[in-house]
Amino acid sequence: MFAYLLRRILSAIPVMGIVAVFVFLLLRLTPGDPAAIIAGDHATPEQLERIRTTLGLNQPIWLQFVTWVGRLLQGDLGTSLISQIPVTELIGRRLEPTLSLALMTITVSVLIAVPLGVAAAWRHRTWVDRFVMAFSVFGFSVPVFVVGYILIQVFAIQLKWVPVQGYRSITEGFGPFFDRAILPTFTLASIYMALIARMTRASMLEVLGEDYVRTARAKGLNERTVLFGHALRNAAVPVITVIGTGFALLISGVVVTESVFNIPGLGRLSVDAVLARDYPVIQGMILLTSALYIAINLMIDIAYTLLDPRIRY
Amino acid sequence: MTTELSSVRHRFEHVTRLTAAAFLLSSIAFPAAAQTVRAVMHSDLRVTDPVITTAHITRNHAYMIYDTLLGMNEKFEPQPQMASWKASDDGLTYTFTLRDGLKFHDGAPVTGEDVVASLKRWAVRDSTGQKLMDNAADLKATDPRTVVLTLKKPYAYTIETLAKPSAVPAFIMPKRVAETPADKALTDYTGSGPFKLSVPDFQPGVRAVYLKNTDYVPRSEPSSWTAGGKVVKVDRVEWITMPDAQTAMNALMSGEIDYIEQPPIDLIPILAANDEIVIQNISPLGYQTIGRMNFLHPPFDNVKIRQAALLAMNQKDVLDALIGNPEYYKTCPAIFGCGTPLQSDAGAKSLVSGGNPEAAKKLLQEAGYDGKPIVIMQPTDVNTLKAQPIVAAQLLRKAGFNVDLQAMDWQTLVTRRASQKPPAEGGWNMFFTNWIVPEIFNPLVNPMLNGRGTKGAWFGWPDDPKMEQMRDAYASAKSTDEQKKIADEIQAYAMETVNYIPLGQYVTPIARRKELAGVLNAPVPFFWNVEKKKGK
Repeated sequence: MFAYLLRRILSAIPVMGIVAVFVFLLLRLTPGDPAAIIAGDHATPEQLERIRTTLGLNQPIWLQFVTWVGRLLQGDLGTSLISQIPVTELIGRRLEPTLSLALMTITVSVLIAVPLGVAAAWRHRTWVDRFVMAFSVFGFSVPVFVVGYILIQVFAIQLKWVPVQGYRSITEGFGPFFDRAILPTFTLASIYMALIARMTRASMLEVLGEDYVRTARAKGLNERTVLFGHALRNAAVPVITVIGTGFALLISGVVVTESVFNIPGLGRLSVDAVLARDYPVIQGMILLTSALYIAINLMIDIAYTLLDPRIRY
Repeated sequence: MTTELSSVRHRFEHVTRLTAAAFLLSSIAFPAAAQTVRAVMHSDLRVTDPVITTAHITRNHAYMIYDTLLGMNEKFEPQPQMASWKASDDGLTYTFTLRDGLKFHDGAPVTGEDVVASLKRWAVRDSTGQKLMDNAADLKATDPRTVVLTLKKPYAYTIETLAKPSAVPAFIMPKRVAETPADKALTDYTGSGPFKLSVPDFQPGVRAVYLKNTDYVPRSEPSSWTAGGKVVKVDRVEWITMPDAQTAMNALMSGEIDYIEQPPIDLIPILAANDEIVIQNISPLGYQTIGRMNFLHPPFDNVKIRQAALLAMNQKDVLDALIGNPEYYKTCPAIFGCGTPLQSDAGAKSLVSGGNPEAAKKLLQEAGYDGKPIVIMQPTDVNTLKAQPIVAAQLLRKAGFNVDLQAMDWQTLVTRRASQKPPAEGGWNMFFTNWIVPEIFNPLVNPMLNGRGTKGAWFGWPDDPKMEQMRDAYASAKSTDEQKKIADEIQAYAMETVNYIPLGQYVTPIARRKELAGVLNAPVPFFWNVEKKKGK
């Protein structure tokens, strides 16, 4: 197991290297000039040229790449071309809102969707099943911004239970944090609940027809133990995959939800950086996302072995 | 009974004493709530250096933390701000005297050396500043409170240049900060303005927080544009970035924010219907929207074809698509803007009277247009610039032009418009943008009129020595009447050569909570004089 982990971690290095080269070249081939964004509407060609030179954008691409990689190896992701703030600081400040939102969304989704999926499979082709499926279709089909605006209209504007927008760090108190996080959490969870509930239902349906489930029932175990102790554990592998990749997706970009609820997360940072062609920030974000996907996939693989002892590496 | 009464009285006195003590304690423990104004501006603040960029949000930020040597009032008249001035009779020497009580945020006094360093850095970047320095023989501080500017020859626009409110006003910063090269962004936010930037709270793309500068000594005159007293009445101003207009509107209606600088015009009726919200048009002059052609490449290197394009245009069609509600726009033939001292309609009548496609078609044939497609750049991600290219393309097609309308994001557009290559090799033929009227209100500040060709002119790069001569004549004019006469001639000449196409004026009112009082009318959103009637 340890050798497997080490092998996976080492194999991440060339993957990250390829991502770095690809992203660097792709960005330089995309039309756009950060100097023009910085200079504004009045800039003359000479002024633009001077700003480009100061930012190092006039250097050959290979030299820019070597400089960037050299700094990267020392843990320095560079400095934003637009705001002149280190990329690590920019990402660091945006990490907490995104992580909090992702963790809350996944927790709420799992707590609601897994029992719903189990119930739908258990009561296959009854009104329970149909209700859960209808709920899933709704969750998939309605765009998050619509769900967000409806929740804001009802709970923030009509009932005035929570604020319309914003984010407070949990360090400022659980109340202010929770007030502002609850609506975006349920907005995002509407999709993930649908996804996880469907996946749980499908996996459970497969497993419930297996011999060992019939045996468990035949030996007189109660239905709850059969469902959650025997069936769900065996049906969990695909569900865990969905949860893991869902978590990675939540961290790498929930721009619309972040915009609707005005949450200063990583999604907005990425979009702003792309629109401004802020190369160091985009590169930093893509490297972070790649590392995250690699780490989450690794964690999913480890989780498989815990849930299903037949899986060995 | 007496005992009971006595007991009640005793209890009453006890309660009264306790209440009084509690009130006293509360007043000690909880001083009056600090007043915070929360505003959503038109854009997020990311570049903080007002010299390196001309972005309006950066200029607005600079007005918070810096002060200017001179100000300009609503009649476009220069006024003293940090300094008063005196010109010598021969017009060659200007002496500026700094007023009492000027201090930077770090406590250091503002000196003549700071002023000289700031003006030198500003003049590297600002085109009118460059022109002023071209005329300057010397700029020096003769003592800590006096700065002397000596000119080679009289330059009538000296004071107006130093007082102009936009796009790059002459902000004053400490010498150590102003010695940063003009093409390198500042990272030290020390100014002497009425607010200080709270650096720990500043997060580009999220929020900028300003605290009242308690050391600031405002002028005694009433505030008018950038002139007069900048009296700060709140403790803290927060600029919160909200990328979604609907969210900002909801936040304003629920009282989470106090101010939206530019609510979308189509959301204004909803806001106006709310009793708690006031719609205020703080800048009646508003914006001028314009079309600019590329003088370097066919077909717009041909003046007759530019004239045909001008005849094809119709301001009302453009403004209807852009703004829609006539309450917020007006057609305007003046290249220096309507409502300004230099307003003129010379040569632009067809623009405001529905266009003349037939005459445009005829002129196009006479000019020998070969049907080569003209590349119009259309930004899809800027609400105030989406409509103009689409309407213009249709009007030009109607007049016989072959149009290639290319959609792109604004960042691609600003990069591409800097390219002087032919359209087929990544260049362009036409694009659109907007200016606030104080940025175009005379021949010297109006960037489009610069006729210095590929090296020094604004995008489109007209090489026009005659225009440069006329601008110089304007700068040297001895009286307001003479300036007006030359400005009229420039308007007529600019229309004849189709330097650019003015497409009308529009305003973008602010939306604010009713309890937010004292919001000043000005072309820049200012936060001095603003107060909240209820502490929040």
